[in-house]
Amino acid sequence: MTNPERDTLARLARFGSTLAVALVFAGLAFAMLSLPAEPTGLAAAVRAELPGTGAANPVTAVLLNFRGYDTLLEIAVLLLALLAIWTMRRGQLRPQRDPGDVLESLASIQAPVMLVVAGYLLWAGGSAPGGAFQAGGILAAAGVMLVLAGSGWPQRLSGWPLRVALVLGLSAFICVGVAVVLGGQEFLAYPASGAATIILVLEICATVSIAVILLDMFLSVLRGRASRTDTTASIDQP
Amino acid sequence: MLYSLAGIALFCIALRAVILATAPLRAILAVNVMSSGVFLVLVALARRTPGLVADPVPHAMVITGIVVAVSATAMAIVLTQRLRANVSAPTVEDTPGAGP
Amino acid sequence: MTALEPGSTWVVWLIVSPLAAALIAFLLPRVAAAIALANALFMGVAALALLDLVTEQGPHRYSLGGWGAPLGIDLYADPLSGVLLVVAAVVVLATLFYSRDYLARTAIGPLFWPISLFLHAALNALLLSADAFNLYVTLELLSLSAVALVALADEQRAVAAALRYLLASIVASLAYLLGVALLYHTAGVLDLAALAERATWTPATWAALGLMTAGLAVKGALFPVHFWLPGAHSYAPSPVSALLSALVVKAPFYVLLRLWYAPFAGAPEAVGTLLGLLGALAIVWGSLQALRQARLKLLIAYSTVAQIGYLFLFFPLAQSRSALQGVTVFILGHALAKAAMFLAAGNMHKCLGHDRIQDLHRVARELPVTLAAFAVGGVCIMGLPPSGNFIGKWLLIEAAFAQGEWGWAVVVVAGGLLSAAYVFRVLGHAFTVDDKPVDASGAPASMAWAAFALALLALTLGVFAAPLIDLIGGPGETAVAHLSSREP
Repeated sequence: MTNPERDTLARLARFGSTLAVALVFAGLAFAMLSLPAEPTGLAAAVRAELPGTGAANPVTAVLLNFRGYDTLLEIAVLLLALLAIWTMRRGQLRPQRDPGDVLESLASIQAPVMLVVAGYLLWAGGSAPGGAFQAGGILAAAGVMLVLAGSGWPQRLSGWPLRVALVLGLSAFICVGVAVVLGGQEFLAYPASGAATIILVLEICATVSIAVILLDMFLSVLRGRASRTDTTASIDQP
Repeated sequence: MLYSLAGIALFCIALRAVILATAPLRAILAVNVMSSGVFLVLVALARRTPGLVADPVPHAMVITGIVVAVSATAMAIVLTQRLRANVSAPTVEDTPGAGP
Repeated sequence: MTALEPGSTWVVWLIVSPLAAALIAFLLPRVAAAIALANALFMGVAALALLDLVTEQGPHRYSLGGWGAPLGIDLYADPLSGVLLVVAAVVVLATLFYSRDYLARTAIGPLFWPISLFLHAALNALLLSADAFNLYVTLELLSLSAVALVALADEQRAVAAALRYLLASIVASLAYLLGVALLYHTAGVLDLAALAERATWTPATWAALGLMTAGLAVKGALFPVHFWLPGAHSYAPSPVSALLSALVVKAPFYVLLRLWYAPFAGAPEAVGTLLGLLGALAIVWGSLQALRQARLKLLIAYSTVAQIGYLFLFFPLAQSRSALQGVTVFILGHALAKAAMFLAAGNMHKCLGHDRIQDLHRVARELPVTLAAFAVGGVCIMGLPPSGNFIGKWLLIEAAFAQGEWGWAVVVVAGGLLSAAYVFRVLGHAFTVDDKPVDASGAPASMAWAAFALALLALTLGVFAAPLIDLIGGPGETAVAHLSSREP
């Protein structure tokens, strides 16, 4: 194929996709504007049932109780993605280049603060916005910062302790669910009296797993980068 | 309503970028913009009437969606890295059975 | 919360057991294979028990968390999900049994086992889900585990195919999710049966129909958005190809089927006709491409593109009672036959060191069981009696006649002839004689017999089909049962 032909094709593809996407946008915008103004959702039902859920924050109640099954599966998705990444992981983690004084001192001040914030978010999740995902995310971010600042200890988590931390969240969900079934109730139906405790335990386990999985995903990407620069090192080095 | 329209716009713009993307990284970024668009729609519609308490169910859906998006993005990035790493290893094509 | 009657927890074990097994297989890599095989056996028992339960007591609803739809998430089982769960367990069991010896001859590590267990869990969860958003989560778990398994092949083209598969499937699920958002904000519920009651045909419902159908068509590899399938299914390790082609690619179609009975029950005929036309094009295009392929696994992958087309013929024929029965039996038959063909192709690849169709000499003499498995699977794909595919096609033709739409029947018959052409093309080369050595130890007897067992099941499926067909009610019946089973 000659170049002018290819250019014409590319221009056609660009034009065609722009047109198609514009049509999609028009259709969706029309659909959106036609939605009824009054809310139709389950907000009222959630509010009515909230006292029995063990969580005062409606979002937490939905995530951990009403639709706890979705959350169980989503932690499974997270763990599965990490396993998938492990099968593709090559190369060794190399120590970061000198991070510089600023990053190092910032990390040493900020990491403990982030730890406290994560703990607060986890605790507050019961009654205010917050919860396992936010706390896990912040913990993972603290870990990433420590790694970038040259601290070796996030990588020291390996072997059995690492594996247990990874599966903690999903196992906790499964154990609670199965225990309830063996007690004669539906899967993941918490007894109203212990619901708050169960949710707190589940959130703590989920936070640990989420934080460790996210951090390990980051480390895996870092490894991939290190192994790639290996192959091109001779070109890039002065 | 303005926010949900913006969400749809993000979705559509990024959809076009995915269709036209040739570089994996560009496609990954576009897909992430797309998912932000969807989440924006979900959250914006959860509070359609000012003054009323927002519907918590779409919020929970967004959190679940974000986790799924993070997982998929991480996988896509590592796959892209594998692709790049293999490019410099020409032995793959020489193995028996690899021919067309 | 009342005490439940015994037996009703099978739906829970069908989801929890593979998840728990995945965790154990991850923690204890040494026993991972044994755990996975034991789980697959248990899944077979549980699926049969559930099928028995729904046959005797009718469709079955289970409220997770004890809340009940629409506030909580419900699981839903009827004969349709029951038979699909059974066939999923059978295919997984045979494939994992095959994988034990297959993996020993590759560099693939023990993480294969937990990932395949996650895939089985996702499949079961999807087949049992009754909630539009929960279906999104199960679709994601399914797609990501499928992509992970494709990438295990760790060669350039497999990695590229996995990446393309992943990106296509993320875009598709985002379209689906946006559709769910619109449905939720229209009807205020996520449970499929509740959606069916409340959904009206507003512009938002239309948009949701378009978005969700498009997303599921991409994930289900309907022509012309099947572009990701041939690479992903053919470059993956052979047992993975079998799981993907037999089971994973049917899941989005199943979701669309469920949506078609619940929130989109009143969709106008034109939409169904469009899907049917794309299905017909898929049959022709996929078969022609299969004829052109030089590599065996690519040929089988394009054959899947064609066979998926048959599934979508359901939509224009949905008015007729036999369309659902036909498509169900067809799914079962194709799952068994296609898994057998991919496993057999894997054997040939391992023994010959390649899968070029032109050079398949002496396969008939050195690998008789393997070739028999491939040939029997191929006969089923052609749709010859007594295979399940024959019954499935027969019922589809019956539905076409019942609605007076002969055109669809012509497509079904033409597709059968085309598939005969590409199957015979492979068999012709396999019977030629040549002096090149064949290393028959590349595929031990266990691998050959696993493929053959699946092929035999596919062939004899037609014999058991009669009771199966009676189980699957007509479309009207199913929809009614679906709604009435919501009563507390």
